[in-house]
This record gives sequence, structure tokens and C-alpha cells, in this order.
Amino acid sequence: MNLEGKQQVWKDYQKEIADDRYYYARSCIRQTFFPGSEWAYLDILKNKLGKDVLDDPRHTTCTGIGYHSDVVPVQTIMTVVARHFALMTEAGYENITPSCITSFGIYTEILETWAHHPEIEEQIREYLWKATGREFKKPKNLAHTSDIIYKFREDIAAQARYKLVDVHTGRQLRGVDHIGCHYAKMFPSKGIGGAEFPAVLSGMISSWGGDVVDYPERRHCCGFGFRQYLVMANRGYSVANSKKKFESMRPYEPDFIVANCPGCAMFLDKWQYTISEMEGTTYGQDGYGIPVLTYEELAGLVLGYDPWELGLQMHQVAVEPLLDKMGIAYDPEMKYRTKEGKDIGRPKCPTYLKV
Amino acid sequence: MHTVIIIGGGPAGCEAAYQLASDGIQVHLIEKNNETGGNLNNWYQLFPDRKNAQDLNKRLQEQLNHPGITLHLGMEPSRVEKDGQGRFSVSLSDGSLLEGDALLVATGFKTFDAKRKEEYGYGIYENVVTSVDLENMFRNHAIRTSKGDVPRRIGIIHCVGSRDEKVCNFHCSKLCCITGVKQAIELREMLPESEIFCFYMDMRMFGPGYEEMYREAQEKYNIKFIRGRLSEAAENREHQVQVKVEDTLLGRPLRVTLDLMVLLVGMEASNETQGMARELGVKLAPSGFILPLDPHYGNNLTGEKGVFITGCCSAPMNLTDTLNDARSAAVCITRYLNMK
Repeated sequence: MNLEGKQQVWKDYQKEIADDRYYYARSCIRQTFFPGSEWAYLDILKNKLGKDVLDDPRHTTCTGIGYHSDVVPVQTIMTVVARHFALMTEAGYENITPSCITSFGIYTEILETWAHHPEIEEQIREYLWKATGREFKKPKNLAHTSDIIYKFREDIAAQARYKLVDVHTGRQLRGVDHIGCHYAKMFPSKGIGGAEFPAVLSGMISSWGGDVVDYPERRHCCGFGFRQYLVMANRGYSVANSKKKFESMRPYEPDFIVANCPGCAMFLDKWQYTISEMEGTTYGQDGYGIPVLTYEELAGLVLGYDPWELGLQMHQVAVEPLLDKMGIAYDPEMKYRTKEGKDIGRPKCPTYLKV
Repeated sequence: MHTVIIIGGGPAGCEAAYQLASDGIQVHLIEKNNETGGNLNNWYQLFPDRKNAQDLNKRLQEQLNHPGITLHLGMEPSRVEKDGQGRFSVSLSDGSLLEGDALLVATGFKTFDAKRKEEYGYGIYENVVTSVDLENMFRNHAIRTSKGDVPRRIGIIHCVGSRDEKVCNFHCSKLCCITGVKQAIELREMLPESEIFCFYMDMRMFGPGYEEMYREAQEKYNIKFIRGRLSEAAENREHQVQVKVEDTLLGRPLRVTLDLMVLLVGMEASNETQGMARELGVKLAPSGFILPLDPHYGNNLTGEKGVFITGCCSAPMNLTDTLNDARSAAVCITRYLNMK
């Protein structure tokens, strides 16, 4: 593979990312399944990078899952998003940074729709005013939170306590980057590196010392696909998509997977358990799975955050093999305890997947 | 004696120069490269008769020995002006000045930059080449993968950069279909053991002998034609190209691993064609090629008096049509000059 060719594509797809003062839009899935991720993101931005971020408790779901499932009409989701913009405007911010890839896609789609159809924007302004009495300014800058971490990846590298390197052998750790479909496949110009060879996560892996795995099914969807998952009868299709990816990446022996979409991180993590129960197949070394991290978790590990404070015990696939390779110190006894030492219970042991 | 200035020394410019000179007209032929022939210089064999492309090129070059033709190689027109009497003056890149009674634009086409179809990985994946690269391989008789192996499975992808809204090209480049058939046959002759696939949208066999060649490719040469557009290509650990295609006749998705993938790149108006159109104030069609005054009665005419067009600056055309178009332009210009 010709890296220079990729680098040219990356140069062609650079986007403007605001430098500071971000209005943060939480993700329904991320804060439910990876609660440590959003906390870590805010802590890194505020306390490691010295940025101004507003985590607004009045912010709600964008209703993207309902929209993509044909439950929520487009006028409704536009009005909900308009309310987000109104909250941002009222708080004195101009840069919106959604944590969810679906939300990022929704915000992008809506802003593009309004740019081409100002009459629809006017109609939505009217709906919002009638429903809430609010007005809004459109954001000056829209960036996904992985764009923000990408922007400051070298600042994070400069503060890193651990590198993406096997401390026992000196080998660069092999990382698979998985980009959420709605990040750039709909609007390639809105993603760093475009849709075909995105650099947003691979750039982080490289900056933090790792080696990026480019495998044949890299672009393939994780299988979430809303209707595949929400309609129980379709879930086999969802698992099949993830399986296709695991089979394709397995020969490269990746040490970890990093994803910027909360749904992808969840499915790539949980389906490894499902596939192991269905077929007895595992994809990591010695019966383990391939650890799946959000980019906030990966940044947190590099910066030396405690793995259990990051919430890595909430993952289905055990992350300890990765922690051991990176040489990260952790207390196994504290994995299923609160900071105060209270037992939080532990999941049942899978039949095949080692945890 | 009348003088005509021809800009572009590809097949159209060369043939028109010869025809005009044969009619007793003084011709200045300007070519930006150090040799004439244009895109023909990159070709190995021609369809449908499998003639060596360089034989035709050589013949066209020999015609330029006509005493009425002055060749200006390695030159580009830096400025074109027209006076009140309808005479043209063309400043060349070396500072010299040419004067003529008519101007013939023969600035041709460029092949589509395959890197714009990012999902095909040209310039990134090691075993993705264009049809132009393949012609060069044919000329060197070296069809090999990046590792130097004989490719066992080869896929030819039609319509790369043609009929594709995503790259803003709605036009059909017309020649890629038959080029794909020709190249598949050539591959089969050089690599009798290899599997060869053509992935196409439609097979547009417009010229005499083309349909027969297409049929022969299937029946005699065992080329597999699959109707379906490539959606994605990726490289595996062995540097093979894994492609995803929908077989639109069977209605099924396909995944095929190729040792070599050939992109049949389409045709776009050359930068020089677009530049001359701006300079001379002639109209461009939505495809980016120069718009003829009339598609039936004025295909060599533009809206500007004394400015004529020929060859692929107005549309993709094969060499047969290009040479005919050049002769047609010569007739138009001769008639125009005689009426002056």
C-alpha cells in the first residue's frame, strides 16, 4: 500500500475545527454504555488541554435513532436540533461538538438541508418558536468530538504516560480504526481524510505510537444499522456484519480496535461475546477477544487515567491483555468495585470468550 | 496563399494539417510536446483490427513532411488575437508570432484522473492500474503484479469517470467499452491461464466490428462479462485487490479477489481545450468539451468566425471518427478561405 497516496487524500480532506469554546452534545449510547468515555473527554479537554467546554444538562437526544427508524418525522428532528442550537446560542457558544456520530451526521444533514432550502429553515424556526419560544443562531463550527481529539492529538502525545507500544518487546501495537458510517460516508468533505481513507482515528493511533491496520473490510459497517438491530428478527444481519469485519481483520492480529461511533464501539465489543457463544469463535490471542475502545478511552489510557475510572470494566471484551502490553498498572481487585471499594457485581463468565 | 494555424498535434491536428496542405494551404501546426501523436503515443494496438498504434502514428508523422506544413514542437500558444479583417495572430511560448487566416483547435482530451474515484484506490493500492498504464505494460510485454508475479485473476472496471454523477461527468466516453474488450483479449493472449473479468454498466458497441469483437471475446477468449458496478475496492495482506460488485443481472452482491485491477478511465476535455475555449470565447458543452455550432451541419464550426474545431476537443471519438472529423474540418476551412 502506498502511504504517500493516502497522505495526498488526507491533505485533500482537511476541515476547519474550532480551537476552543465548545458546546458539548452528549450521546445517548455513549453515556449509557461507556459512561467513563464522556467524563474522560470532558476531563481531558478541561484539565489536560485547558479548553472551555459546556456540558449542558438541558441538552437532549437528537432523536436520530427514531429518525433513522422512521419513527420520528424529519420536521420533528429538525426542531429538536434547532432547540440544541438555541441552547448553544443562549449559553453564548458558537461551536457545537456532538459526541455521537449519528448526531454529527444529523446535524450535518440538517445544516446542509437548510443551506440548500432556506424555506425549510424558516419553517423550523417557526416551529421552535411556537413550541418553546426560543430562537437560535446556526453554529459557526460543527465538529465531532473525535475531530477535537484528532486536532489536539500531538498535545496529548506530549503529555502521554504510555505509548501504543508493547513494553515487553518494543513492538508498535497494531490498532484497527473503525469509523462510524455517518461520520463521512454521507458528506465526505466533513470528515478528516474523507470517507474512503479517513485519518481521524488512524492519526491518533500514529501520533500515540501505534501502527494502523488497514484490512479489506475496514470500511464495512459494524452492522448496527438501526433497523438491523432494533428489529429483533434482523439482528442476525447485524452480527453477520461484525463477523465479516472480525474475520477480515483477524490475520493482522490487531491488539485493539478504536471506534469513534458509540454504536460501533458497543456492537464490536458485545458481538464478540455473541459470536463466541454462537460458534465458539474468538478473535484475540489465547481465547480472548480484541479489546474495543472509544477514542476517549484510548486517549485516557495514553494519558495515564486509571482503567477502571475510565469504565473499561463495562466492556464485554477484557481489556487486560492490552493494558499488560502497554505496561499500564491496574488493580485487578478494583475492577468490579467503586472507588470506595463497594462491590458492583460482575458479569457471568462466557462459555468460550476469556474475560 | 492562405495560412491556417492548427493548435494541437494529435491525430486530428496532424491529419487536418496534411489535408489542408494537400489543398495548397500553408499550415502552421503547434504541438506542446516534443513529438506529435498526442494520446496515440500511449497506445499499443488499435481496435477493431488490432493494428499497431505506432504504425498509424508513424504514417501521420510522415504526412507532416509535406512542404506546406511548418511544425512547431514543444510550443504552446501564449496569446491568440484576431484583427478586424478576420486574421489571427498567435504568440508562441518562445516569443515568436504566427499569423493565419483561420484557426483550427485540435487540443483533444485528457484521460480521467482515476485518483478522483477514491474508493478504487488508484495511487494507493499497489495492483490498481489504469487502461493507459496497461497499454504501457502491453508495449513492454510485461503484465505483472507489483511483486513481479503473473496475475492469475484480472478485473477490468468499465466507466471509471464516465456516466458518473459523483465525479460530475454525465457523458459517456464512448470508447472505453471497446477498449476494455480489446485489452481483455490482449491480456488473454499474453496470459492464457489467467481469469479475466469485465465489470460493466452497459456494453456500447457502436463501431463496425465492435459487436463482433465483443462476441468473440466471450466465445473465443473466455472473458467473463459481469454487469455490475464496482462499489468498493480494498487491499489485502497479499496486496491483492478485494472488490465488491453487485451483479445486477443476478441481483446478487459479489466479492472477488483480483491480482490486478484495471480502471478503464474515461475522457475529459483537456486543459488546453478548456483554455482555448476561454481564450477564443467559444462555448463549452455541459460535458466540458467545446460545443459545435450545430451537431449535424456545423460539427467543425464554432460561434466564432474563422475558429474551427476537430477531434476530441468537441467530444470523445475513436480514431476512425477523429480522422474523418479532421478531413471534414479541412473541407470546411478550405471552403471558408475560398469565400474570403
